[in-house]
Amino acid sequence: MTTDRDHAVEPDETLAVDGVCVRLAGREVLHDVRFAIRAGEFVGLIGSNGAGKTTLLRVILGLQAPATGTVRIAGRPRARGSQLIGYVPQRILLDPDMPLRARDLVGLGLDGHRFGIPLPSRKRRQLVDQMLDAVDAVRFGDERVGNLSGGEQQRVLVAHALISRPRLLLLDEPLANLDIRSEQEVIALVARIAKEQRIAVLISAHEMNPLLPVMDRIVYMAAGRAASGTTSEVVQPAVLSELYGQHVDVIHIHDRILVVAGQGNGPDPTPGEHQDAPVGHRDRVPAHLADHT
Amino acid sequence: MSHVLSLIFAPGFFGSGPVQVALVTGGIVAIVSGIVGTFAVLRGQSYAGHALADISVTGGSGSFLVGISPLWGFVGISVLAAAVMDMIGVQRPRGRDLATGIVRGAGLGLAALFLYWDATYTSTTGATITILFGSMFTISSSVIPVVVLLSLAAIGIVATLYRPLLLSSVSADLAYVRGVSVRLAGALCLTAVALAVALSALTIGAILSTALLVGPAATALRLTNKPGLVMIWAAIIGLAATWLGVLLAFDSFYWPPARQGWPVSFFVVALVFAFYLLAQLPALIRARRA
Repeated sequence: MTTDRDHAVEPDETLAVDGVCVRLAGREVLHDVRFAIRAGEFVGLIGSNGAGKTTLLRVILGLQAPATGTVRIAGRPRARGSQLIGYVPQRILLDPDMPLRARDLVGLGLDGHRFGIPLPSRKRRQLVDQMLDAVDAVRFGDERVGNLSGGEQQRVLVAHALISRPRLLLLDEPLANLDIRSEQEVIALVARIAKEQRIAVLISAHEMNPLLPVMDRIVYMAAGRAASGTTSEVVQPAVLSELYGQHVDVIHIHDRILVVAGQGNGPDPTPGEHQDAPVGHRDRVPAHLADHT
Repeated sequence: MSHVLSLIFAPGFFGSGPVQVALVTGGIVAIVSGIVGTFAVLRGQSYAGHALADISVTGGSGSFLVGISPLWGFVGISVLAAAVMDMIGVQRPRGRDLATGIVRGAGLGLAALFLYWDATYTSTTGATITILFGSMFTISSSVIPVVVLLSLAAIGIVATLYRPLLLSSVSADLAYVRGVSVRLAGALCLTAVALAVALSALTIGAILSTALLVGPAATALRLTNKPGLVMIWAAIIGLAATWLGVLLAFDSFYWPPARQGWPVSFFVVALVFAFYLLAQLPALIRARRA
């Protein structure tokens, strides 16, 4: 299922997921997921809702224990509270009443796990200022997080995740609910930081097209299974048809890629389905609806 | 000059023993409630705090039955209830409502029985009023050391867990990933809330104690964007409401209708509410200008 061969641990291998299976309430949510990410690589974790992206991220973070399989970060088994991982959650629901400024949230990335009340420190302030500058968030550094727009919140969360200088940055659907412009800004920001600081990035999204220009490799998920490799290796009819368990077509239009359900001659045929119907129109098959427009 | 002062401070205010005890205990309790209440508000546990306050009626009324200081009943029952609520699942949003509702209902049922016995079989007339609405001028000075100890415990918990609690109120996952024991921090925070509620049940009454927990913190949220300053403002607002309340209650001995004095708790809660309304004004004016 994967195009990655088993290989010896490379010196700059930052994340290695090997044979991870997860069962929730008797249902297999992840099946034998394996892939690796090297330092400085920007990897897209692509799949529709319910494909298992969030569960996989939770396994990597240690929020979910796998039934079998291992996760190694920088060659070592994952440890909770590890400073090696920076995490940007899907969305945080903060109402404007919450008296927490953008700079407070960034600072908590540095020492949020520590006890006691932090004393004002010039060094801490400088670090926070640097981080706000790096994500272009100085302008709203003193605003309440709850008052920020979705794109601004994402940038603050990226700063929160990066201030402890992690080796691996995980982003859970950071593009959801963003307008096109903020989407481009967030992608460009994360890609730049990954290259500059040689951080491995794993970014989940249900839509691969916005990530195509910056993605080094792809982990494509459907129904709890994953295929990984370069985009051209993975996003092709043979690989994805096997992943979905039914025939799908991959259509290139300009610089975009559409994945659509083909005529049913796979293991799960559906008579009567229109040939061009996007996969997402059938609820039995996890959808990858490549282009809504 | 002294004439004006005597209009504000009715004769005998500073020499009165009960007033001194009220100022000291009420002041300490207000500071604790402000600081702990900030986290109750930030973490969306105002309703849990309210339920703990209701349940502490059970402990207070039980204390009168066996003849000990109601403080012990307030503290014992609210910490116990907090533990039960935590076990049922106060961490999850739906679990939180269920846990709070179940524990609150059971506690108030017992309170009904105890208050009935208090009123029927013991000679503690006014016990019900004291438990429900407080009676700051009848607090015995002997409880001050206990009040101080419990206050230090509550403030100690919140100060120690300041950053982990702040981070987990933003996102439990984010805190967990940073290595915070979200569950333990939540349970300890609820314990601090239980202590604060029990303490203010002693001063302004079990039913009203959430006013001191939630009101000053909710007001402080309007005054500053800095989380640390919110705690300080909440403590100052609570303290101001309590001390002004004590003063007004003392002065009210010369007021109609009965020249018996008005209850302190009324003044404290009224002032907390007035401060809250005042804090809304700047935002209202800004909205009108815009």
